[in-house]
Amino acid sequence: MAILEVRNLSKRFGGLMAVQGLVLDVEEGEIRGVIGPNGAGKTTFFNVVSGVYKATSGTITFDGTRTSNLSPDKIAALGVVRTFQRVALFPNFTVLENVNMGRHLHARESLFAAVFGGQRQKESENLQKSRDIVDFLGMAAHRDELASNLPYGLQRTLNVAIALATEPRLLMLDEPVAGMNPTETQEMTRIIRRIRDELGITVMLVEHDMRTVMNLCDKITVIDFGEKLAEGLPHEIQSNKEVIEAYLGAEDIVA
Amino acid sequence: MKYLAALAGLAGFILLPHFIGEYYVEIMILFMINLILASSFRLITTVGDWSLSHIVFMGVGAYTTALLAKYLGWPFWGTVLIGGMASAAVGLAVVFPLLRTKGFGFFIGSFALGEFIRLIWVKFHFPFGGPRGMIGIPSIELGDIDFYEATPYYYLVFIFTVLCQVVLYRIDLSRTGRVLKAIYADEDLSKCIGINVARYRAMAFSVSAFFAGIAGVLLAHRLGAIDPKNFDVNTMVYLVIWVVVGGVGTFWGPIIGVAIMMVIGEAARPLAEWRPLLFGGILIVFLTLLPGGLENLILRFKEMLEKLRSAGESQPAE
Repeated sequence: MAILEVRNLSKRFGGLMAVQGLVLDVEEGEIRGVIGPNGAGKTTFFNVVSGVYKATSGTITFDGTRTSNLSPDKIAALGVVRTFQRVALFPNFTVLENVNMGRHLHARESLFAAVFGGQRQKESENLQKSRDIVDFLGMAAHRDELASNLPYGLQRTLNVAIALATEPRLLMLDEPVAGMNPTETQEMTRIIRRIRDELGITVMLVEHDMRTVMNLCDKITVIDFGEKLAEGLPHEIQSNKEVIEAYLGAEDIVA
Repeated sequence: MKYLAALAGLAGFILLPHFIGEYYVEIMILFMINLILASSFRLITTVGDWSLSHIVFMGVGAYTTALLAKYLGWPFWGTVLIGGMASAAVGLAVVFPLLRTKGFGFFIGSFALGEFIRLIWVKFHFPFGGPRGMIGIPSIELGDIDFYEATPYYYLVFIFTVLCQVVLYRIDLSRTGRVLKAIYADEDLSKCIGINVARYRAMAFSVSAFFAGIAGVLLAHRLGAIDPKNFDVNTMVYLVIWVVVGGVGTFWGPIIGVAIMMVIGEAARPLAEWRPLLFGGILIVFLTLLPGGLENLILRFKEMLEKLRSAGESQPAE
C-alpha cells in the first residue's frame, strides 16, 4: 500500500486551476521526483499536501489517515514535513537551536514546566538528538554559529536538518538544490540519498535541476498545467515524447 | 558575577525606602507596577503581535479586585490571583477573534475590543460605577501591618514584582519562549514543523493579560479608587512609548524603558501640559532614529567595544 495517496486533487485560485485532478501514489521508502515546467503547479501541490493551502477538491491520505484540509501543524505531527524553496530558518538562533526547534513535536512543554523547568531530562534528550542530526548532515563545525551567518548552501542544509528533527516519515523537499553550485548540489544529493537509505524516510521532491532528479529519484511524476502528464522511471521520462514537448524551448531534459 | 549584581540590585531595592522620601516611595511603587505591565506586554510582542489593549487587562484585574473587596468584602490575599485569572480569561476571549488578524489588524482590533470592555465599565453604573468609577477600595491588611502606609506597600509590591519578573523571565528563556520567537521569525516554517501557531499566540496573550491583571490589582489597592480613564488609550500610549524606548528584543528592554521614561517624566513635571509633546517627540525620535530602542543601542555599543578590544589584541607584538 502506498504511504501517500493523492486522489483527484484540485486547487483553484479564482479562475486558475493550479492543480487539476491529480492522482499520485508514493510508496514507502522511495524517492519521488515531481517535475514540470515553471508554473506547472508543483509548489502548489506541495503547499496543499503540507496543509499551507486547502484543497478545492479531492483527497490526500497519508498512511491511512486523511490529511487533506488538516492544518500544517497537524499534518507535521502525522509525519509529513516539508521544506521551502526559500531559505526558511530562524536567523537569530544558532544552528543547534534551529534544529532543536524542529524537535517541537517531541518536546510538548507545558506552561508549568516552562516556568519551573520540569523537563530537563527530556530537553537534554532533544538536544542530543539535535546534535546527532547536525552531525549526520556534516554541520558539526557550525553547530554554535548563528544561522544567519551561514553560507547559502549550509543554510539550505539547515532547512533539511530542521525538518529531519521532527522525525518525519515523508520528507517533502521543495527545490532542495535551487541556486546551489555543483559542489553544494552534489553534497545535497548525497544527503538526500542518505536520508532515505540510512534513516528510512520516504522522500518526495520538486526540482528543476534535471541531472539531480534523474540521478536521485526512483520514480518521477511530471506535472504540466496542473495535470499529471506522465509518470515512470527516470529513463522512461527522459524518452517520453509528451514530456519533451512540454519542456521544449524551456529546458533540455536530457541533461 | 551576574548573581552578585542581581543580589546587589535586590538589596538596593530592599534598603531604598529608608533613604528616600515618602513621595519617592510612592513613585517607586508605581515604577514596579509599571515594570510588571511592561514586561508582560513584551511577552505578546515576542510572538510578533502588538496589542493596544494591554492596559485594559490591567483594568480587568483592578475592577475584579475592587468588586470582590467592596461587595463581598474579600481580602486582597484572596483577590489578587482571581484578578489575574479573570484578566487571563477575558484575554483569552478577546484574543480568539484576533487570531485571524496580524500586524496592524491585530493592533487596531485589540484596541476596538479593549475599548468595548472599557465602555462596559463606563456604561454600567452598577456594579462598575460608570464614568466615575469605583471609590473606597479598601487598603490591604495583614495582622498588624497596615499597607496604607507607603513603605509596607512598597515591600508588598516589591515581592509581587520580583515573583512576576522571575516567572516572565523563566518563560522567556524556556522552550516555550523560544517557540514564540520562532513564530515571530518565520510563521510558515513554524507551522510546518508542527507548532500550533494560534495556540501559542493565544497563550502569550492570555498569560500576558494575567500579569497585567496582577498589576491592576496592586494599583487598585494603592489608589483606593479607579475609573475607566485610568485604562484608556492615553495610558496605553505611554506603555507603548516605554517599550519602544527600551526595546523588546531582550527581557531587559522594557525595564530600561520604564526606568528612563519615568525619570524623564518626573524631571519634566514643570512642563505641565506640555509633557505629552515631549513624550511624543521622544517616541518619534526612537521610531525613526533608534529602532530597537535603548537595549539595541547598548548592544551595539558592547559590540563596538569588543571589536575595538579584539582589534587591539590582534595587533602584532613589537
